[in-house]
Amino acid sequence: MGRTLAEKVWEQHVVRRAEGEPDLLFIDLHLIHEVTSPQAFDGLRMAGRPVRRPDLTIATEDHNVPTVRGPISDPVSRAQVETLRKNAAEFGVRLHPMGDAGQGVVHIIGPQFGLTQPGMTIVCGDSHTSTHGAFGGIAFGIGTSEVEHVLATQTLPAYRPKTMAIEVKGALPYGVTAKDLILAIIAQIGTGGGQGYIVEYRGEAIRALSMEGRMTVCNMSIEAGARAGMIAPDETTFSYLKGRPHAPEGEAWDQAVEYWKTLRTDDDAVFDRVVEIDAATLTPFVTWGTNPGQGAPLSSVVPAPEQFGDPIERSAAERALEYMGLTAGTRLTDVEVDTVFVGSCTNGRLEDLRAAAEILQGRQVRTRTLIVPGSMMVKLQAEAEGLHEVFKAAGAEWREAGCSMCLGMNPDTLAPGERSASTSNRNFEGRQGKGGRTHLVSPQVAAATAVTGKLTAPADLV
Amino acid sequence: MDAFVTHTGTAVPLRRSNVDTDQIIPAVWLKQVSRTGFEKGLFAAWREDPSFVLNDPAYDGASILVSGPDFGTGSSREHAVWALQQYGFRVVIAARFGDIFRNNSTKMGLLPVVLPPEAVETLQKAVEADPATEITVDLSEREVRAVGEAWSFEIDDYTRWRLLEGLDDIGLTLRHADAIADYESGRQPWLPKTA
Ligand code: SF4
Repeated sequence: MGRTLAEKVWEQHVVRRAEGEPDLLFIDLHLIHEVTSPQAFDGLRMAGRPVRRPDLTIATEDHNVPTVRGPISDPVSRAQVETLRKNAAEFGVRLHPMGDAGQGVVHIIGPQFGLTQPGMTIVCGDSHTSTHGAFGGIAFGIGTSEVEHVLATQTLPAYRPKTMAIEVKGALPYGVTAKDLILAIIAQIGTGGGQGYIVEYRGEAIRALSMEGRMTVCNMSIEAGARAGMIAPDETTFSYLKGRPHAPEGEAWDQAVEYWKTLRTDDDAVFDRVVEIDAATLTPFVTWGTNPGQGAPLSSVVPAPEQFGDPIERSAAERALEYMGLTAGTRLTDVEVDTVFVGSCTNGRLEDLRAAAEILQGRQVRTRTLIVPGSMMVKLQAEAEGLHEVFKAAGAEWREAGCSMCLGMNPDTLAPGERSASTSNRNFEGRQGKGGRTHLVSPQVAAATAVTGKLTAPADLV
Repeated sequence: MDAFVTHTGTAVPLRRSNVDTDQIIPAVWLKQVSRTGFEKGLFAAWREDPSFVLNDPAYDGASILVSGPDFGTGSSREHAVWALQQYGFRVVIAARFGDIFRNNSTKMGLLPVVLPPEAVETLQKAVEADPATEITVDLSEREVRAVGEAWSFEIDDYTRWRLLEGLDDIGLTLRHADAIADYESGRQPWLPKTA
């Protein structure tokens, strides 16, 4: 019987297999940031262990960094960033600190350097590591104990998850983005729907996505509970990688591509679960609640809790509406927003900024609007194209790279009761600031919303 | 890691689903570089509400959390596990857990127990009716016992053994250093290096 892509990549990385034990899996790339690593480095120090493969490890500062120029004013944040600097120096790990041209959100810089390649195993102490699966590898988030484990051994003991195919049939209609697609998928299968699975996204609509769009989709796999999400590599993947600083060159490139072309699910392979989505029926999507599964088409209304048959979902919806300050039956396009955030590892890449700029060109924003590039490189590219001028002319704020309002560990937060349209990935209670209310949207919807002050589809702008 | 064999204690009923790790410990608490002091951040936003169940003195001293489904979804922050443990919890019982949270828990010796929704409901009702209700979580027998009933739960043999013995994963893996070195020598030459 044939094998799925996930099975192929997994098998390629098994260091040791024994009856009744998890596989010991080799890790090709370990990404580090300041928040989930200090206690792991402490553990190494206490046990007198070195980092086994500093040459497969890379660190950046992203979660705490301010997005206005200058030093970190919060002493606790600063101490955490300084701890990372100290640890990186002591253990010989490459670090891209604030201000460095290579700095950025951890999941943006890996692909940008060409460090994220097909068929690799990639981990990071961060759940959105699933982003890197867009290149056809297995990439997943881990906790601090596992970070320490990978630092010490470059391996992880793990059981292979089950496999799920999400087949996206047909083509996405004009104006419907990768973000709308993944929000619709999560609303369909639920926040626990992917639990225990590696998801492979397949089908015509997936093949048609750019690498940026594929990363947006894989990024949010975790919001459906999945361990990882992946997409088989193809010409789109190869041309994205070619010429990047860490991509193979010359003969090595040819060898690599030859191998990468074998990284696809065999025709006779069987998935443990298959979900089908009809791309042609999708429209811009938005969340109304406090988990990413509580979403609906932007053209619809805030649902009534009674619509949910399952009592647990019903009470979750009741609670979410109360927290969000929404009334069932309200048209989503009537919901007024205070702040718009464009950025994060979900939608902080160049393509996302271009999409937002296209809508903001020649228009004025009515809300506080933060545009935060995912990395310094994205920032420089955007500025080379003049996007920053478009944003500034529209009245939006053009910021330095970082996680920013995606989780509000830096000063970019919502005040209690404030409402945002955000291109990030989590609408959890308080995620963007205590008492803040988040609606997850695409960069296009975010930009259109900034213009009108209400949740708005770009097609509805006059 | 401390060994976990069997534990008997009182419980807190948490009647919420999708308890994401941002609720278990909000991001502002993640700036610490130590491993201690996280109990103060546990459910920090919810605890501001006087009617939140953890503020009910009837549940003081409880060591088992009985939650609605999808506990520990979202962020990979292990701080969520540290916060629960440092607050005094040894066990979380729910119908479904976030994968990363469950992994993190077993690395730290906090036992995540998956029971069917009906069993969770029975336990929550029992504890709400009488907060002094004792629940026994027996890892060696893979069984939860309370109010005269018993439910078995699943956990893979390896993780169970590791928890029963209180073994450190890194030490176990380093026993296979030769296998790791063998694997490393056979990796494709084009694979990227950061340095
Ligand atoms: S951008 Fe948001 S989701 Fe992505 S790594 Fe930063 S905090 Fe996490």
